[in-house]
Amino acid sequence: MNEKFKDHIVKALNKNVRMDGRKKDDFRKITIETGVTCNAEGSARVICGETEVIAGIKMAVGTPYPDKSDEGILMTGVELYPMSNPDFEGGPPREDAIEIARVIDRGVRESGMIDTKKLCITPGEAVWMVNLDIAPINMDGNLIDIGTIAALAALKDAKMPELKNGKPDYKNLSKNPLPVSKNPIEVTVLKIGENLLVDPTQSEEKLLDARLTVSVLENSDICAMQKGGNSPLTDKDILEMVDLAIKKSKELRKLL
Amino acid sequence: MTYKKRFDGRKFDETREIETKVGVIKKADGSAFFRIGKTIAYAAVYGPRELFPRSKQNPKKGVLRCNYNMMPFSGSGDRVRPGRNRRAGEISMVTEKSLLPVVDLSGCPNAVVDVFIELPQTDAGSRCAGICAASMALADAGLTMKDMVAAVSAGRVDDKIVIDLDYKEESYEGGHVADIPIAMVPSTEEITLLQMDGRITRDELKKAITMAKKSLKEIAEKQRKALKDKYRGK
Repeated sequence: MNEKFKDHIVKALNKNVRMDGRKKDDFRKITIETGVTCNAEGSARVICGETEVIAGIKMAVGTPYPDKSDEGILMTGVELYPMSNPDFEGGPPREDAIEIARVIDRGVRESGMIDTKKLCITPGEAVWMVNLDIAPINMDGNLIDIGTIAALAALKDAKMPELKNGKPDYKNLSKNPLPVSKNPIEVTVLKIGENLLVDPTQSEEKLLDARLTVSVLENSDICAMQKGGNSPLTDKDILEMVDLAIKKSKELRKLL
Repeated sequence: MTYKKRFDGRKFDETREIETKVGVIKKADGSAFFRIGKTIAYAAVYGPRELFPRSKQNPKKGVLRCNYNMMPFSGSGDRVRPGRNRRAGEISMVTEKSLLPVVDLSGCPNAVVDVFIELPQTDAGSRCAGICAASMALADAGLTMKDMVAAVSAGRVDDKIVIDLDYKEESYEGGHVADIPIAMVPSTEEITLLQMDGRITRDELKKAITMAKKSLKEIAEKQRKALKDKYRGK
């Protein structure tokens, strides 16, 4: 990375101006569309600026974990398709993709958004597995936040398949939605120099010193966090970042 | 029982509804969207760019590399496990071979042109949709090409020769079925992809190819229209 370029960007950020003209706490325009792929039990497309992702839900029947024998299972996958960005390479998911998937997964899981007890079919034997997959079409930054919005929209869009001889009958979806409530909104706050900003583009992400993803519930409680980036944060930074995340989560919540 | 009328009411030589668009993926050098019925393909082209590992480089001309992938939630049955399986590997290879005859890569030795095909939703005919999208994306990327490549499946359902089978027709149980994905260079009528599974006679095959040619020329028009629309600012 070019140090001079970063200096230039930081100077502009000090004046609250970003490369695309936004202010530091502005999100790009977000549009959400549900039911975008007919073979998934639930799906959504979210476009935020130039970042576009599709989230899809596939339901399956599986065996529960021994320590949670009466609870359904959520599995979240994110693949950084090389189609969506020149920096992404093919092959099995690398650390960055795994981190994004795990952070989105944790936000959804820890919020208690899905009532996993209601996904139990026969305790100890059969439970519903919710496979949530997030697929970027065009990746221009902020995949965690945008992926989470897509995940929530897809989970809410999903309908349970009917059971036929213990297997899901994908051709006959019931009218029953998944047992979901709550909207755990994830907001990632970036620190570049002394500046805090949200909804980074990819070129802003490349300049980050540190980042903090905060998953916020409706009552402003926090249910998951993840710090990233190579620079440390002070407690003052963290609280400021959390405050900004809570403030922005209220705006994003209105979209769902 | 004979197959008198198609399940979705189409004529026997009629494709499903087609939608084409280019420039849909901003980060890519060229990109396209191709929908035929419920089958949707995105394609993105990156390159020419440096090819690693070096041992794969060709000092005489660039290399075309295609990758076909179904998204995990795209199929009508169980979740598709991510990663390249044998089927995706083979389709990637035949896609490459179907496009190579029209792309001139002599100007970029040692480089690679990557084509990534992603399917968010499938209802049969996905490799053909992928090839159509890839060909549009290559043109959108500004590569030197002799022509487009259009692809569609022809085939047989019971006693009828049909174009563009959907999943329901592919799984018809009342009689023999044949599925023949065909790709063609429209201006020369050269066939660059031909596969088949099922059962068909020589004369039926001849008829199927003739019918496919007509459809492929129509598809090529829709591919060109998408490219023109981009520059007309539509």
